Amino acid sequence: MSNTTAKLIEAVEKADSAVGLLQAVKALAAAKDESAIPTLIAVLGYNNPGAAVAAVDGLIELGETSVTHLLQQIDGYNYGARAWAIRVLACIGDPRAIELLINAAMNDFSLSVRRAAAKGLGSIRFSLLETEKVAVAQIQVLKTLLAVTQDGEWVVRYAAVVGLESLYKAIVETHPESALEIKTKFKQMLDTDTEIAVSARVKLALDTLAK
Amino acid sequence: MQELEITPEGEALTQEKAIANLQQTADLGQRYYAAWWLGKNRINSPQAIDALIAALEDTCDRSPDAQGYPLRRNAAVALGKLNDKKAVAPLINCLDSEDYYLREKAAQALEMLGDKAAIPYLIKLLDGGVTAAIQVPGKPHLIQPYEAIIEALGTLEATEAISLIEPFKEHPLPKVQYAAARAMYQLTRNAVYGEILVTALKNKELQLRRSALIDLGAIGYTQAAEAIASTLAENSLKLISLKGLLEYELRNQPNLSEPIIHIMQLMDRLL
Repeated sequence: MSNTTAKLIEAVEKADSAVGLLQAVKALAAAKDESAIPTLIAVLGYNNPGAAVAAVDGLIELGETSVTHLLQQIDGYNYGARAWAIRVLACIGDPRAIELLINAAMNDFSLSVRRAAAKGLGSIRFSLLETEKVAVAQIQVLKTLLAVTQDGEWVVRYAAVVGLESLYKAIVETHPESALEIKTKFKQMLDTDTEIAVSARVKLALDTLAK
Repeated sequence: MQELEITPEGEALTQEKAIANLQQTADLGQRYYAAWWLGKNRINSPQAIDALIAALEDTCDRSPDAQGYPLRRNAAVALGKLNDKKAVAPLINCLDSEDYYLREKAAQALEMLGDKAAIPYLIKLLDGGVTAAIQVPGKPHLIQPYEAIIEALGTLEATEAISLIEPFKEHPLPKVQYAAARAMYQLTRNAVYGEILVTALKNKELQLRRSALIDLGAIGYTQAAEAIASTLAENSLKLISLKGLLEYELRNQPNLSEPIIHIMQLMDRLL
């Protein structure tokens, strides 16, 4: 660990106000140093949304290394920290997080966790998987997201639509018949979803996919 | 994924059982829970409405300081969700109650029911203007639930209240200022008031930033979309706020216009 990073970490640990903490976390995130990861992860559990956003940005920036740390420690996180961690994993799109994201999207108690996981599943970077595992993973993700379009919370359904739109683009060449299932689901949602915000997002997805 | 409905005693509740629980007087806890349950599950059968209206006059369930009526408060909240105009007159009566929190819940319920008949009674609670709007000695609240009253008047399009509401944007409490800005924007569509709330998104108190997010969503101030998306607060709340903007735009323009697509792009990034 460099001297500078050590000082930045100390500043985070010693911050005594919400604003001070935010500034310190921003500075630490900007250093883009892998040794900052455990501290950035700790900040996710502080119940300070401003600082958590800054930590999330920093962790996303550090990519795969963050994923390794997050997956090792996730079981020990509190409710808020878990939501932020899933958000980091969802943004990085590392396929090592697929199982975790599927489980979170389907079963997590917190709607913000289900929401982040649903979006993240759509943007998994399948190319990082071994070729023979890609198809199975994609179908697993497809089935999950189709189920999540029935969630009781509008924002989770909205996120599932966003996830399915991305997934469509990833599979339309290789699995056209599965991609068609997505469009069929979208058309069905236009008729059945009671939230106009969700229907509008479905319309946008259909427009985008038609181009 | 649906959660199961279980009473505190561990039994599953049905509509009939909830109404019966509300009408008995032996177990106050069960009554209180039944009132909440009927609202949450949108049970708006005539029997449910009548039982809830009767509960607005309950005298059994009293809070320790002897001024509060917990069951009446819960019944008022439920009636606000059930969309039956029959509740309007009984809720207006609650605006005279000595229970501050009942007056607050009643004003909020009347706002949700959207009946202009409530306007003169809400206006009456603003008597004395900002000068009279001081804290009750020894209580954590002002003499009237000003936020709820002012917000209700805004939603009910009470343009006759404009000159009464406007001074409240100078009230010492930021939340009352925001309520006034919110209502004034609804009543005038003047961007000056929307911008007061946009500025509030940068307040150093998280609670006040949250409050401004809710207000901007409620009034559908589309110009605030970018500012909402970059506010330092939970994404969940920012999404609810942006959803408010989106719904407002969609009501005026059901097709996917540029501003509508832009709001959804901002929402996508917050998921």
